[in-house]
Amino acid sequence: MSGLPHESTYEPTTAVGKWLDARLPIVRMLYAQAVDFPTPRNLNYWWTFGGILTFMLVAQIVTGVVLAMHYQPSAEGAFDSIEAIRRDVNFGWLLRNLHAVGASMFFLAAYVHIFRGLYYGSYKAPREVLWILGVLIFLVMMATAFMGYSLPWGQMSLWGVTVITNLFSSLDSIWKGLGTTIVEWLWGGFSVSGVTLNRFYALHYLLPFVLAGIVGLHLWALHVVGQNSPTGLDIKTSSDAVPFTPFATSKDAAGLFAFLLLFCWFAFFLPDYLGHADNYTPANPMVTPPHIVPEWYFLPFYAILRAIPSKLGGVIAMFSAIAVLLFVPWLDTSRVRSTKYRPVYRWFFWLFAFTCLALGWLGSKPAEAEYVFWARVFTFYYFAHFLIVMPLVGWFETPRKVPGSITEAVLAKNKGAKLAPAKS
Amino acid sequence: MAVDAEEPDRRDFLVLAAGAFVAVGGAMTLWPFIQQMNPDAGAQALASIEVELSPVKEGQAITVLWRGKPVFIRHRTPEEIKAAVAVPMDQLVDPLARNDALPEDTPATDPNRTKDGHENWLIMVGICTHLGCIPKGQTLGDSRGDFGGWFCPCHGSHYDTAGRIRKGPAPRNLEVPVYNFVSDTKIKIG
Repeated sequence: MSGLPHESTYEPTTAVGKWLDARLPIVRMLYAQAVDFPTPRNLNYWWTFGGILTFMLVAQIVTGVVLAMHYQPSAEGAFDSIEAIRRDVNFGWLLRNLHAVGASMFFLAAYVHIFRGLYYGSYKAPREVLWILGVLIFLVMMATAFMGYSLPWGQMSLWGVTVITNLFSSLDSIWKGLGTTIVEWLWGGFSVSGVTLNRFYALHYLLPFVLAGIVGLHLWALHVVGQNSPTGLDIKTSSDAVPFTPFATSKDAAGLFAFLLLFCWFAFFLPDYLGHADNYTPANPMVTPPHIVPEWYFLPFYAILRAIPSKLGGVIAMFSAIAVLLFVPWLDTSRVRSTKYRPVYRWFFWLFAFTCLALGWLGSKPAEAEYVFWARVFTFYYFAHFLIVMPLVGWFETPRKVPGSITEAVLAKNKGAKLAPAKS
Repeated sequence: MAVDAEEPDRRDFLVLAAGAFVAVGGAMTLWPFIQQMNPDAGAQALASIEVELSPVKEGQAITVLWRGKPVFIRHRTPEEIKAAVAVPMDQLVDPLARNDALPEDTPATDPNRTKDGHENWLIMVGICTHLGCIPKGQTLGDSRGDFGGWFCPCHGSHYDTAGRIRKGPAPRNLEVPVYNFVSDTKIKIG
């Protein structure tokens, strides 16, 4: 076998199967992509998060659709309808907890998936489009989650929407009135109101399907270029690969079940741990809660927003923190993909991971002296990592010797003891 | 007919006209889908309210709702007025009055943010110009920030006793809406 793309080995056996295959070869396509798709034999558990994310998207859509059957998108009805879902609707407590905790779990898996890609260089040629589609998925996820958080119409919902939509008002300093026009257009009034809630609900229902469409493209791109692997090497010979089913399917299932244990633990025992108590106070446009804090998965970006002492500057920095990801394939100048073989960059990678965690912690703190100081330090490194470290380290670093093939790497690690000999 | 590459013919005209027709028609069709999100006439009509000021004693403040936004009404003490007047203009972050009743380039002096003869009343939209939180300082026990006016807890903006931004990320002074004294103790906002 010589890499990708490959022909499906599917041969319909039944009369119905043959009839369909001649008219719509969908089973053939699924067989090629989900059964005998060549998968690197050395994938570790970090690679199971793609499957976990697909599961989470489906789970959020399923729980979301049934919650929509009981939810009322109006300023008067929203808060009470959520309380009714939690108390009165049959199994409403379960469905609502799965959906609310599911959002956090979705982001947790997405962050693991993104950091896995960063560590193993999964964004490098020829996977640039795959990576960019991933960044777009991340952006749409953020928009969906943000609008979803407005729906309970508690204090954090109202004031979170107020603060984030007001980000656009910073455009007033570029062109007078532009920002205000955009903000009032988003609100449908002069302040965040039930009108705003109603439209956010419509978009919150729409965007997951947009997400599903981009995920389809992401998978398509993945199946054109093939999966990266921990060595950063592509499949070269048939001994480098195993068929997707049963190997990757069963490994993905094992990873998924482990992840579901965590998910269920939160959903059943700590359903409100990741939320804010303030959101159980009905929305009140006359009172701002003392600390407006976004959900944990937005905290690093919130810290960057607050670190810049200018309104427009903070907004630009926050959006740039995501936009910079789009350029990562070209900012990294290293000749090898995997950080495993990069002795210098490895340190910077973990410093970057620490920076993101630190920004997250600082984002949850009030905007006061020393917190702002450290937020500035880490914001500087966040951007320096992409704009300075990635180009420079790739240029001067001497990578360790990379194995000749995936098979060679696997055999060296296991000393060939329990493995079938490579078929050359 | 001799074909002259430079000469536009009927076909070119039809292609251009059809393209222009589709572009203009597309834009016109798109417009209702964009415009439907803007505030409707009902929202715009909730324009003005009247407020009775006599129950608000010196040093007290009330908040009223106007167009869905909180409006701060503070009955300032002579000390607060004196402090606001004494601030040199070069110490202001935002040098403009932000008084909707006055021209845009009016300087942010204390008299420019109040009404002549009613300097004790400071009336402003109570929305932080940073990201739209409601600053603290209206009730007793609230933190009023480093300048004795208002303090926005969201991102730490400090406003003085004339509602002018003095410290923190907010870019502008609190907005003074258009209002008039209907009588000595009653105002109409909007």
